[in-house]
Amino acid sequence: MKSIESINKWVGSGSPWVWLSAGMVSLNLVMVFGLLFLISVRGLGHFWPAAIESVELREKDGSTTSLLGNFVEDEIVSAARVRGTGSTVPEDMEFVRRYLIKVGNRDVSGADFVWVNETDITSREIPLDSFMAERDEWGNFYGNLISVKLDGEIIASGATAWGAMQDGIARKTQIRRQIKGIEKDQIGKINYAMERLRLRTKRLELDGVEAGARIDKIAAERLSLEKRYEALNGSLSELYKELGRYSITAATVAGQQVELPVSKIVRAIHPNQMSMFEKIRYYFAKMWEFVSEDPREANTEGGVFPAIFGTVLLVMLMSVFVTPFGVIAAVYLREYAHQGLLTRTIRIAVNNLAGVPSIVYGVFGLGFFVYFLGGNIDQLFFPESLPAPTFGTPGILWSALTLAILTVPVVIVSTEEGLTRIPRAIREGSLALGATKAETLWRTVLPMATPAMMTGLILSIARAAGEVAPLMMVGVVKLAPSLPMDGNFPFLHVDRKFMHLGFHIYDVGFQSPNVEAARPLVYATAFLLVVLIVALNIAAIRIRNRLRESYKAGDG
Amino acid sequence: MESDTTQTKLELEKSHRRWRMIKDRIFGWAMAVGGISVIITIVMIFFYLFYVVLPIFGSASTTPLVRYEAPFKGATIAHLALDEYAEIGFVITADGEYAFFAANDGTTINQGKVSNGTGRSVVAIAAGDPVQRSVTIAFDDRTAIVVRPDYAISYPNDKRHITPTLEYPFGKTPVDLGEASGKILLLAAQSQDDEATIVSVTDANVVSLTHVTLTESFLGDEPAVTTTHTALPNIEYDISDLLIDVEQRELYVASAQGQISYFNISDKQHPRLTYLVNVLSNDHRLTSLKYLSGGISILVGDSSGAISQWFPVRDDNNNYTIQKVRSFTPFTAGVSIVVPEYFRKGFVAADEAGNFALMHTTAGRILATDRIATNSLQALAISPRADALLFLTDSGELEKRSVHNEHPEISWNSIWGKVWYESRAEPEYIWQSSSASGDFEPKFSLTPLTFGTLKAALYAMLFAIPLAILGAIYTAYFMTPKMRNFVKPSVEVMAALPTVILGFLAGLWLAPFVEQYLVGVILAFVFIPLSFVVTSFLVDKLPAGVSSYFRNGWEAAALLPVVCFGIWLCVTLSLPIETAFFDGSLPAWLSENFGISYDQRNSLVVGIAIGFAVIPTIFSISEDAVFGVPGHLTTGSLALGATSWQTMIGVVILTASPGIFSAVMIGLGRAVGETMIVLMATGNTPIMDINIFEGFRALSANIAVEMPESEVNSTHFRVLFLAALVLFMVTFAVNTVAEIVRQRLRVKYSNL
Repeated sequence: MKSIESINKWVGSGSPWVWLSAGMVSLNLVMVFGLLFLISVRGLGHFWPAAIESVELREKDGSTTSLLGNFVEDEIVSAARVRGTGSTVPEDMEFVRRYLIKVGNRDVSGADFVWVNETDITSREIPLDSFMAERDEWGNFYGNLISVKLDGEIIASGATAWGAMQDGIARKTQIRRQIKGIEKDQIGKINYAMERLRLRTKRLELDGVEAGARIDKIAAERLSLEKRYEALNGSLSELYKELGRYSITAATVAGQQVELPVSKIVRAIHPNQMSMFEKIRYYFAKMWEFVSEDPREANTEGGVFPAIFGTVLLVMLMSVFVTPFGVIAAVYLREYAHQGLLTRTIRIAVNNLAGVPSIVYGVFGLGFFVYFLGGNIDQLFFPESLPAPTFGTPGILWSALTLAILTVPVVIVSTEEGLTRIPRAIREGSLALGATKAETLWRTVLPMATPAMMTGLILSIARAAGEVAPLMMVGVVKLAPSLPMDGNFPFLHVDRKFMHLGFHIYDVGFQSPNVEAARPLVYATAFLLVVLIVALNIAAIRIRNRLRESYKAGDG
Repeated sequence: MESDTTQTKLELEKSHRRWRMIKDRIFGWAMAVGGISVIITIVMIFFYLFYVVLPIFGSASTTPLVRYEAPFKGATIAHLALDEYAEIGFVITADGEYAFFAANDGTTINQGKVSNGTGRSVVAIAAGDPVQRSVTIAFDDRTAIVVRPDYAISYPNDKRHITPTLEYPFGKTPVDLGEASGKILLLAAQSQDDEATIVSVTDANVVSLTHVTLTESFLGDEPAVTTTHTALPNIEYDISDLLIDVEQRELYVASAQGQISYFNISDKQHPRLTYLVNVLSNDHRLTSLKYLSGGISILVGDSSGAISQWFPVRDDNNNYTIQKVRSFTPFTAGVSIVVPEYFRKGFVAADEAGNFALMHTTAGRILATDRIATNSLQALAISPRADALLFLTDSGELEKRSVHNEHPEISWNSIWGKVWYESRAEPEYIWQSSSASGDFEPKFSLTPLTFGTLKAALYAMLFAIPLAILGAIYTAYFMTPKMRNFVKPSVEVMAALPTVILGFLAGLWLAPFVEQYLVGVILAFVFIPLSFVVTSFLVDKLPAGVSSYFRNGWEAAALLPVVCFGIWLCVTLSLPIETAFFDGSLPAWLSENFGISYDQRNSLVVGIAIGFAVIPTIFSISEDAVFGVPGHLTTGSLALGATSWQTMIGVVILTASPGIFSAVMIGLGRAVGETMIVLMATGNTPIMDINIFEGFRALSANIAVEMPESEVNSTHFRVLFLAALVLFMVTFAVNTVAEIVRQRLRVKYSNL
């Protein structure tokens, strides 16, 4: 009786409901931080050199096989499920732990990931000699080094082989850098110049010029470019020959001997022999590679530098468009427009546009900017390159404009709010001293509203940096051949397509042929994007606070 | 001197003042122009989308171009056709004379006569599939010749030049049609590549089938023609129409009374009568029988002016019978001619009073009607691109009309309603925008996509509303300011997380996790809220000194370990429960016992992910609304003896409810438009099933997937714009309601 009474009292006090709603807050917090934790752990863990383990497995027919690789994941599943896949599990077991092992060697064995049941494992050890080589193609190689060859002759084997291989890799890296320098910079420049010459010729043709000094000049320029190209090509082929000289012989865990050209090896490590210091150094080297290098192997390896570059440039271009227009629209709405029903309606409409799905802006951008505006620009200014479109195709300019339209309501709303908060007295004071309306706005009102404008800009940048859906229509690609900014005139190529961190996540995580191999990289990219967005937010908030402080000081 | 300087000073000041005034005016103008143009740009989005979408709802129109005298004036015309570019017409008279003529002025380009070399007269002419272009001509000695107009295109001086010739794909030697009693009255023929099927009916009602094959000989001389003859079973009624499909597998034999026998002629030696139906009611007469493009549907025109579409539908016993799918009644006089389009599911028909109409079967629309003559037309041809029509009046005049009919397949019904598509058992909602084959019937129903969008939004809101609103109420009203200073930025971080990251985690981490720990996840939905209440009870039982430590706004912090423990417990218990009660796998168990199918990327996963994305929005706005409730209301209520929870329910929530409502609406708007999460965390199959364990395809994801591949200004392109417009309008409406409610609330608070 007494307990029922106390329960009634407890329910009557509302305490369960208060706790229930408190629990919802906790749940939200756990979700947010759990998610951030998940991304950080998986994203940052990717760079750590994991130990290479060798495993012996008992097969169904009693024979044993060996595997060599990194343990990636483990999970516990019900035995019934495992039996359903055809594996044998002892009768009395209800659950089985199984491991996902990255065994690499895709060129030798086909699959680079293997699920292994714990019950099948007979032994598990960490071999000191085994090494892992990151390659330009076919993923990682796991095995034991036997010998190093130069021009087909064995130059080192046994204990000295490791050093010789590292020398070979260092030499290869150096040559690769030279090749890249020639291919990307010099030949790239020549190709660019050739293309411009071709377009100039076409342009002259369109204008009806068929011969003359200008055409001769183009021909001469083309000839000199071709000569330079020939020379570069000669040195390139020599470098390539040099590149192919080293190779290594290595044995897989199954005992198969494989010959690998050093030119395809990016780096080789034996993590089981590495000291903590070496591991840390390796960790940061990998991290640096991730943020500074181009992607390899269909974006599943290497770095994401072009995506970082594309994201930042896109956001910067967008800010250039969105700030002035957003501010002008807000100033007009608040200071100049007649505050009637129409203005109120427009204000609500602008406010609501911030809630319109981003994909709608993407559709608009594709139809209006790319096909309509871009198509017409091509007709008017770039007829020489038609039918290949210049601006009539998705590109970074159209992406920036689309994002600008997407985020301009944010800037308008926030600036307007800032303008509303400025006391009438300040305006009236300025006007009373004889300033015109423009001067009042320019000298007093707008400076005071800067923090609000910055808030708007920050919010719009934070939104734009994470937006992917509209970009998929107006300019983002999985692999851009060149950055939208380079050393060729006019340096900023706003017609080019670009890579983007957010799209990179979608593309590598969902469109890649080898999702398992790509997954760690996607986590790392996601981590980077979160860091970027949080950093942008924090930076902006700092700026805003500083501005606020300085104007507060000005008030006193 | 002094006055001079004062003068100049004054002058200067004056000009300076004028300059300031000008600057002021310029500034004002610049602001107005800039501001208005930005606003116009934004508002233009709506109009631009509308502008792109509008053409699909427009009807078709035809414009008369020229009218001139037809070749072979006075002769009966058996066949009329146009080439790809609608530049050259082709005509065959009932006597076998043919001519190619310029379709724009009637100048004959070349002409001749098809004969079998023996001087026998032509008895019947049958045109095959329009894409194949073949025409079969039968002579009264039971022989036939297959001809085919061919158009060779060359570009001398960069200008298109078409040279028409008449080809004889099976040679100039007539093909023997086999023995049968009587004179040929009716003919039907199809030829494709090296195979032709010719069916003839004599005045003794005898139907015979001739199959012609062309075999290339290895020696490279004339290809050999082989023919086989088969007599069809006796037909009871008087035959008025014959129809063979382009694949030469089906034969329809019809009477004027509307009886139609369907023969399966896949095996040319043994034609098989599959069924007999009557397609006409009352005493109407069948006046026209034609295939729609694609060779699945037939179009039946009758003397009442109606045209109906029929195609084989599988019934419950797996038998196919043709069924009436839809009908059009464009005319009051009887239908005289029906001409299908080459590639789309549209057709043109003319009646005996000289009217014609453009129609489309999928849309079920009569797109245009017009009158071209006072009497029945002799012949009618449509160009392969369906952009021109050629009419032959009974007075021997030809009229060419251009046709503007870009998007005939769209109607209100074909987008939102159930449509009976070809080869389907019943009307359905289907989205299937493209296929490998050319004469495929595009299925543009936005209903399954809208359903998917709403399904995603529904599950997302179910997940987000309790978490966000209860959380907001607690944060605004019960939480200590210290913790609030921590919670609010955390929620802002949550809002800043890009949806592509949420989608990626939902698809690659949460979906496999939920599949593996499904029991645990379901358990968590019950167990975790329960654990909060239990904790409350336990704390209540604690000595007052200890329990007050957890109260006073720190409940949420105290519950953090409870949440973590609860999640851990649910996950740990998941496998044992699954093994004990569900044979080791709940998804498999569900599908075996209840027939509920389970996709890995399902609505539950999407609901959680989108829920996560909209929680910050709903949370922030409701928190503002609750926090903004004037203090004197709550203190009044508390002073009257209400507990803080009673005050919450009776006063605070009541006052803040419009704000909470608008928060939910804005959250809903976000959930509806969410793209990346639905794209990555569902299978994107356009099915309509409310089952939480199955995926769907949302409007937004559909746009993201299909837009980059759709051809500019095609129907598909415009329908995707329509999908965007629908999303735009729905979210805009929802947000407007929310905004107005919120503004009202603001006024209300300031009056309280």
